[in-house]
Amino acid sequence: MATNSPQRKRIISDQEAENISRVEELAYEIKVSEVMTSDLISFSPEITMQEVLDVFRQKRISGAPIVSPVGDLIGIISMEDLIRCLIDKDLDSTINKYMTTRLFTILPTDPVIEASKKFVSTNFGRLPVVDKDHKLVGMITKGDINRGLLRALETDYQEEEIRKYRASHLFEDIESDRTSLILRYQIQQGNFDIGGQASSNIKRALIRLGASKQIARRCGIAIYEAEMNLIIHTTEGGVLRVEIEPHQISIDAYDYGPGIKDVDLAMKPGYSTASDAVREMGFGAGMGLVNISRCVDQMKLESVWGKGSRLKMRLFLDSEHITQESENQKS
Amino acid sequence: MINLAAIIDKLELKVLTAEKDFSQISVKKGYTSDLLSCVMAGAPNSSIWVTLQAHNNIVAVAALLELSAIIITEGATPDPVTIHKANEEGITLLQTEQNSFHTVGLLWELGIRAEK
Repeated sequence: MATNSPQRKRIISDQEAENISRVEELAYEIKVSEVMTSDLISFSPEITMQEVLDVFRQKRISGAPIVSPVGDLIGIISMEDLIRCLIDKDLDSTINKYMTTRLFTILPTDPVIEASKKFVSTNFGRLPVVDKDHKLVGMITKGDINRGLLRALETDYQEEEIRKYRASHLFEDIESDRTSLILRYQIQQGNFDIGGQASSNIKRALIRLGASKQIARRCGIAIYEAEMNLIIHTTEGGVLRVEIEPHQISIDAYDYGPGIKDVDLAMKPGYSTASDAVREMGFGAGMGLVNISRCVDQMKLESVWGKGSRLKMRLFLDSEHITQESENQKS
Repeated sequence: MINLAAIIDKLELKVLTAEKDFSQISVKKGYTSDLLSCVMAGAPNSSIWVTLQAHNNIVAVAALLELSAIIITEGATPDPVTIHKANEEGITLLQTEQNSFHTVGLLWELGIRAEK
């Protein structure tokens, strides 16, 4: 949340916050076994440091575990250990003398966040992964974790794309004589703080369904005006109901009072019954219904004074609209 | 084509929302009014809107119309909730002590025009 005085500062957007927490979430979800390297180069305890040097060179690795003939983890040899040996000019001695035996290990069933924590606390670059019987099953590095997280995020992204694709094909995939999707929103009287929320949600839904920007914009404007009318002029708010069909979008805005005294007058550009307080906020231009009529193909306003009003709006989409438009957006 | 960074610089505007690469945001047209329904009817896509309104419905309007930015004039200050909402919607809020007439004049000098 921002501070009281508006100022230049970096505010993390919800989108960014979502991404950060998703990575954290994944770090708890993904197991060490999913990202570790299990195809290992390991040494037996009897080999010489000269052999270690040769293998490091040939395989271009900078560390390896040492395991007993039965597969138990005994130690780790790293480039640093090898350098110590080279300084001592002691390449003929066995690996036993230079390997690290004070080991930090991790279980294959642990979440990768545990491995990250150990990397931070120990300052080691790699951790041996051992099972409950102390048998070595793999090695994990920071790079393995990063690659694993990236792979998982990519899968997430693909899933979102699939979701969008599915939404845009909703009307083709479901067979019926007449398929429609109905969205309903309760609008509270006087709640300017969330004014425009329903219209922006509906606009987003239309884009997801593959509607063209033009259609989404026209709907957005018409629904915003209807939404603000419910907020400004009703006694107890009302309902927005949007029915989306492949060939048309029907929008109903209805309320339970107070109703409009003179519907013809209400439709006149510039005529408004808004209070001064509302006008100060920039509403009450008397253009709301005029804007709506400009954006929709059909509109009908019915009202009974003392009972309530019902505004019906309709936008026609050409027969191929939903699929065709989504194709256009892809290209 | 004029970008938002040049406008912020020339008009000495205060950026109220999150910093971003304003030089990548091009401004094609301009619009001014304090009546939201008029804005709804008249402000073109990717335009810059000059108003002295500072309450949070300006963000809803700008988001629906996909405007580039809002310049709030005469030092009017939106509340933190409005700024937060603008960041969420990706709308840039700019502030100036000058009045709307003066601001529009400077934008015109920079080559920004109304939609015909």
